[in-house]
Amino acid sequence: MSESRESSVAVNLIGLAKSFGPVTALAGLSIDVAAGELVALLGPSGCGKTTALRALAGLQDLDRGQILVNGRDVTNLNTNKRDMGMVFQAYSLFPHMTALENVEYGLRMRAHRTPAAQRRSRSSELLDLVGLASHANHFPHQMSGGQQQRIALARALAISPTVLLLDEPLSALDAKVRTQLRDEIRRIQLEVGTTTLFVTHDQEEALGVADRVGVMKMGVLEQIASPSELYERPRTAFVAEFVGLTNQLPGTVRDGMIELMGTKVPTLPGSIGSGAGIALVRPESILVEPSESGNARVITASFLGAIARVHLQTKDGASIIAQIPSSDAAEIGAGRNVTISLMSQPVFAKPA
Amino acid sequence: MLIVSVYLLTPLAAMLDFSTKIGRGKRGLYAWKAIFQQPDLISSIGVSLELAILVVLAVLLVVVPTVVWVHLKLPKLRRPLELICLLPLAFPAIVLVVGVSHTYNWISIHLSESPLTLTAIYLVLTLPYSYRSVAAALNSVDVHTLSEAARTLGASTGRVLFGIVMPTIRAGVMSAAVISIALVLGEYTIASLLNFQTMQVEINLVGQQDASIAVAVSLAALIFVFVLLVIIPTSTKRTKVLEPIES
Repeated sequence: MSESRESSVAVNLIGLAKSFGPVTALAGLSIDVAAGELVALLGPSGCGKTTALRALAGLQDLDRGQILVNGRDVTNLNTNKRDMGMVFQAYSLFPHMTALENVEYGLRMRAHRTPAAQRRSRSSELLDLVGLASHANHFPHQMSGGQQQRIALARALAISPTVLLLDEPLSALDAKVRTQLRDEIRRIQLEVGTTTLFVTHDQEEALGVADRVGVMKMGVLEQIASPSELYERPRTAFVAEFVGLTNQLPGTVRDGMIELMGTKVPTLPGSIGSGAGIALVRPESILVEPSESGNARVITASFLGAIARVHLQTKDGASIIAQIPSSDAAEIGAGRNVTISLMSQPVFAKPA
Repeated sequence: MLIVSVYLLTPLAAMLDFSTKIGRGKRGLYAWKAIFQQPDLISSIGVSLELAILVVLAVLLVVVPTVVWVHLKLPKLRRPLELICLLPLAFPAIVLVVGVSHTYNWISIHLSESPLTLTAIYLVLTLPYSYRSVAAALNSVDVHTLSEAARTLGASTGRVLFGIVMPTIRAGVMSAAVISIALVLGEYTIASLLNFQTMQVEINLVGQQDASIAVAVSLAALIFVFVLLVIIPTSTKRTKVLEPIES
């Protein structure tokens, strides 16, 4: 590959705003993406993540805001002048062209014509990169959904884009292909080093591929951080609840600690300062031990491979999900009494 | 399938049979040869073919771009456009003639007496069919995403339209053209009532003197359209195959 991280560019979205009639899609969204970075935008549908991506591509005009690519203002630049590669959620290969012609298409559209031989070799190189060199002469209808999306990725990368935009490229695919292609997208992105924005509503996908994940809600960024920080140190209740599973446990907050089931647990910044609160606790922070005189009862226990997920009901009727290693799950069957306790991981506490 | 073919082919066979009969069990191509001895008939066939070509051009240059443009850029106008395009179906030809006869009077006095002015009213007649086939083609693929993809890859509006959208809906455009040709070659009521000598009008006239010739011409016209229906779609199928590449 000719590109490297040195040639990649930074992207700055500054105060992007867009309304569709009464619906606000973007309410002053600002994100800085470093050169060569892969940032995932995560959020429920309608949070504005796709609008942000489309605005960056020039497919969506804005009410307000500025888009800088490599320091250059591209806010009013036409889509076809932006040099951004995009992979869409819907299959978007040109049906009347072969895989190779599809990949070549962007190069044929360049103002400075690339010689045919060079175009051909560049396109084959990219088909190779996505592992589909043998499918060069296939038409889109002769390929599976996963293969089509790979070709679409190759097509987007063929023009050596300044920025790679991925608009839920995996959501039309079945689960197994999705994980495979997700890992492959990351491998290829690291290899070519293109600055990439990846929009998805699937948290596992976002946490799995991104350098940083931005969680969006109602047109603004709630938090942008590395996957592990987002998971372990959510800054808002929305982020804590949206990313990963959480249990809601009532407790009393005092001096940066919350008392839950007899254990004092530190609270994360952004939590309430004092008084009655609800702690958002991860299933893996809950310890489960079999005990006849326990404080909870097992409703169901489901085996998920290396781990098992246990649905519990406490004596006072609250329902709790715990996640334990499968090896410990053997003696925890439905109907058993157990004692649950908490690990002292910091938790987010929202007002009760 | 078999029943349908029998149903459709029997009248054609009867036409062939009738047009090759020369009385008392004898057969010959007298009626078919006679076609070429009827200057009026020949010229009217020419007129109809010219009309067909003009209507197809109008469909390709006006209807298709309009439908595509509305589909891609003005989705709110899609329903009204559909309504307008389907409207001619609701009116019998005779009603249309009454409606446009004044206009055609004026046209023949002030502009031209040429039967080619029928192009305008024929274009209206073909609207429901040409609109439907183009719209169906547009709806069967995600043209919107395809053109957005092309734009991100650097294509200008023109190249999106002619390089991506048109090839994608080619089958629909082709059938719009073929159906228009068939419709124009077969139209009788309007031309006759407006006093234009098109092929069908002339066939009717000839038929009053010699039915065999009329049937022969009708059959020839039918076969012509049928051949178009078969040939055009298959001949425009993509045959280009790329050489395998070495990497």
